[in-house]
Amino acid sequence: MSRELLNARRLLCPLPVIRTQDKVKQLRVGDQLEVVCTDPGVMHDIPAWCRINGHKVLEAISSDGEYTIILEVGE
Amino acid sequence: MSKQRKAVALISGGLDSMLAAKTIMEQGVHVEGINFFTGFCVEGHTHAIRANDKAKPKRNNSLWVAEQLGMKLHIVDVIEEYKDVLINPKHGYGAHMNPCLDCKIFMVNKAKQWIVENDFDFIITGEVIGQRPMSQRKATMPIVARESGADDLLLRPLCAKNLPATLPEREGWVDREKLHNFSGRSRKPQMEMAEQFGFDEYAQPAGGCCFLTDASYSSKLVDLWKARDGDKQYDLDDVMLLKVGRHIRPEQNFKLIVAREEGEGRFLQGYKKEFITMNSTTHAGPLVLVDGSPSAEDLYLAARITARYGQGRDAEQVDVNIMSKDGSERTIQVKPFGTEEIPQAWFI
Repeated sequence: MSRELLNARRLLCPLPVIRTQDKVKQLRVGDQLEVVCTDPGVMHDIPAWCRINGHKVLEAISSDGEYTIILEVGE
Repeated sequence: MSKQRKAVALISGGLDSMLAAKTIMEQGVHVEGINFFTGFCVEGHTHAIRANDKAKPKRNNSLWVAEQLGMKLHIVDVIEEYKDVLINPKHGYGAHMNPCLDCKIFMVNKAKQWIVENDFDFIITGEVIGQRPMSQRKATMPIVARESGADDLLLRPLCAKNLPATLPEREGWVDREKLHNFSGRSRKPQMEMAEQFGFDEYAQPAGGCCFLTDASYSSKLVDLWKARDGDKQYDLDDVMLLKVGRHIRPEQNFKLIVAREEGEGRFLQGYKKEFITMNSTTHAGPLVLVDGSPSAEDLYLAARITARYGQGRDAEQVDVNIMSKDGSERTIQVKPFGTEEIPQAWFI
């Protein structure tokens, strides 16, 4: 199991979702991905994308204008 | 046991594509959604940028639709490929800079490529004959199917009975009798069907988030191309900046982008290394980007406009800081333009 970081700062939705989707394709089941964004829309969109695609959101943190989602890759 | 067929549905986030996908899912077909990001369907961006809207970020309607339907959604970045559609639309533009028919052909073509790569059987769209004046007419339906290369793998469940049977219908992958015969601009049949499926919430207007259908946005895009001597290339930053701030072009060689509120000011801060920027230092006021190649005289005029949009608009003199792209700064003193002094023709 690995943990990767994706910098999606300054990108506006849906680009953080697209970058997340593209990165997840390179990962394996059980791997974790930390996505750091500045568009608050990701707090809706990345968890929604995870739910419909079978991935699990482990944490969603909002702090100092940054929004961090940590997800675990599902089947 | 017959093979379960698989379809990909073009999901805009509006009601029609949602109903089209649901209609086919109800027939036992495995349906996944696909949504293409051209850079121009940026409904949520103003919410992400503007300070007042940050507390209530807008949901992505295509993701929401996919979740309601319980299907996967693939969002595909087509920003680069879409440039050719916008710059050279074979079928021309709609009322503004919207190349709707070419756009539909492009997206169905991309979906065709996707089903080949992913071993799916056919494509679904939410098109309805007569629903849209440019891209959804009886005459355009076969054009989209033919020019996209999808041909009879393209099924429009909402108006299929008004069209020749497609391969999925002829092969019995779907039951044509359970498809629909909607036509025209009325939304009533869709709303009734939404009620039958228990969808009490959906995006309005249906899927209409493309900024290219907006008159003001289109004017700014045309102005941008004209200012670049007809060079129509653009990048995502161009697309974004056209929807932020007040755009004022005093001369062909430069324009100003004036932040209208705090959130826009913060967003424009991110472009300080790519543009000359201005702001008043003696009074509160907006951040202004200066795009183009302004002369010293032009910068003086730009500073007067910058001062006009700050709290010092009625002052005799305002200090305006000018920062170059390399970070060097200088301050000049200007008299702000009067409220009525800026010619209307300068506003894009």
